Amino acid sequence: MLEVSGITQVFGGVTALDDVSFAIAKGDITGVIGPNGAGKTTLFNIISGIYRQSAGTVLLEGKDVTGLAPERLARLAMVRTFQNIELFGGMTVLENVMVGMHTNSSSGLLACALKMPWCISEERRIRGGAGKWLEFTGIADLADHTAGSLPFGKGRLLEIARALAVEPRIILMDEPAAGLNSQETLGLAQLIKRIRDLGITVVLVEHDMELVMDICDRIIVLNLGRKLAEGTPREIQESPEVIAAYLGDDE
Amino acid sequence: MLVIVAPPLFKGGYLMNVLVFVGINTMLAIALNLLLGYAGQISLGHAGFFGLGAYLSGILTTTYGLNPWAAMPAAAGVVGCLAGLIGFPILKLKGHYLAMATLGLGIIIYIVFNETVEFTGGPSGLSGIPNLQLAGITFDSDVKNYYLIWGVTLAVMLFSLNLANSRVGRALRAVHDSEVAAQVLGVNSRILKVQIFALSAVISSLAGSLYAHTMTFISPASFGFNFSIELLTMVVIGGLGSVFGSFLGAALLTLLPEFLRGANDYDIIIYGALLVVMVMFMPGGLVRGIPALFRKIAARKGETGHA
Repeated sequence: MLEVSGITQVFGGVTALDDVSFAIAKGDITGVIGPNGAGKTTLFNIISGIYRQSAGTVLLEGKDVTGLAPERLARLAMVRTFQNIELFGGMTVLENVMVGMHTNSSSGLLACALKMPWCISEERRIRGGAGKWLEFTGIADLADHTAGSLPFGKGRLLEIARALAVEPRIILMDEPAAGLNSQETLGLAQLIKRIRDLGITVVLVEHDMELVMDICDRIIVLNLGRKLAEGTPREIQESPEVIAAYLGDDE
Repeated sequence: MLVIVAPPLFKGGYLMNVLVFVGINTMLAIALNLLLGYAGQISLGHAGFFGLGAYLSGILTTTYGLNPWAAMPAAAGVVGCLAGLIGFPILKLKGHYLAMATLGLGIIIYIVFNETVEFTGGPSGLSGIPNLQLAGITFDSDVKNYYLIWGVTLAVMLFSLNLANSRVGRALRAVHDSEVAAQVLGVNSRILKVQIFALSAVISSLAGSLYAHTMTFISPASFGFNFSIELLTMVVIGGLGSVFGSFLGAALLTLLPEFLRGANDYDIIIYGALLVVMVMFMPGGLVRGIPALFRKIAARKGETGHA
């Protein structure tokens, strides 16, 4: 589904990522973990087209998408969420998700302004689709609220609903559990599993080990910009290198 | 909107003339608001596009004898293409830098009006621009112009409202709130910003052409930096991101100097003070501030009623 090879990122004199390679299988939930500063978010920013890497390639469904802009990747059915949720604060919850339908609709500027008949029917379809994703994430009752006024946990769900409206085949989530209480984290785990059940490949960067070990099929561990280990949750938990990286060496 | 049918009540030609300006300024404020209020991109050069529309229309009809109805879309087309071409590099800039670039653009256009004397007549202006004609009616009086201008203004308002509440309008507001999130969802923010910049310039150009054909005389002084700032003030005072707010802002800033005429030399001081007070107490603009004020008054009445 997603294959990255030889990703290297140098910021000034600092090597944030050093020759990172891995492949993510279709339909899996994959967790990317590692101590702070390991390069997880940088990796996400590169895969999602926000940063341009110093070296390395990204293949999406066998297609070379290295260096493509985020809006092109959305059209190739890859979407991401952000660690500090990036909502459209001045718009309603429903409108936020309707923006997610952007790639699944096509009315142009003039057609919209002149309210052509096909725009009206498309608008109805967009509204319906957005409503469906609000139901899916369980925030349909908040549809008319201003997104900026939502509590953080609900904002997180909205960001996920908005990303799903793109109808992605792969979704990258940057620390989806950050800032959530334990109740909300449980709900999130269920939601991520339901997203996987839709046939969407999920990749998440996460610090909440309990969540990662619970829901991930595979885990990739980064440390100091390098890939340290890769495997099933059990393999990772038993890996001496990983334990050393997290708890420190005895030396 | 019934306001539109009422004004023949004031028979005085002068007020009708002022109301024509309210219409033109409303169009311009809406054009700038699409860019500033919806897409979040500033322009300090919109008087330039307004002037280009006026001059292109004026020159095409006087020097080249073109029919005004043909000159207006021709001018709008040229201005739209020009804005598109300039917009591509310029809209990569953000914040203060975009403000500087558009400011420069407005000043360059203003200088061109002054210096290309053989086309524009230079500082002394261009006169003898023909009025518009439609079905045997020549729009040569204030009352006729009033209906012409407000017909077009209402069309521009409707057009902009439709746009604001559509897929494209939502994408614009999304870019305003979080450009990176909009891009991740597949919005091509770069193209969208250029498109809306060009559209904004086209509407401004159209307003400029109408201005030229109703006034029949134009000179560079109407299209300088001061007017760009005045437009910006209308948009902010009226309410960012609101089509109706643009109308309120344009109406207030056009009518206020007329009402303050009685204050003689103090008018500019009162005018300035009013603007400061409004920005301080109605940060959301008139369109949000006035309803809030009414709610406050209603609440207070409720209180005293109970007591």
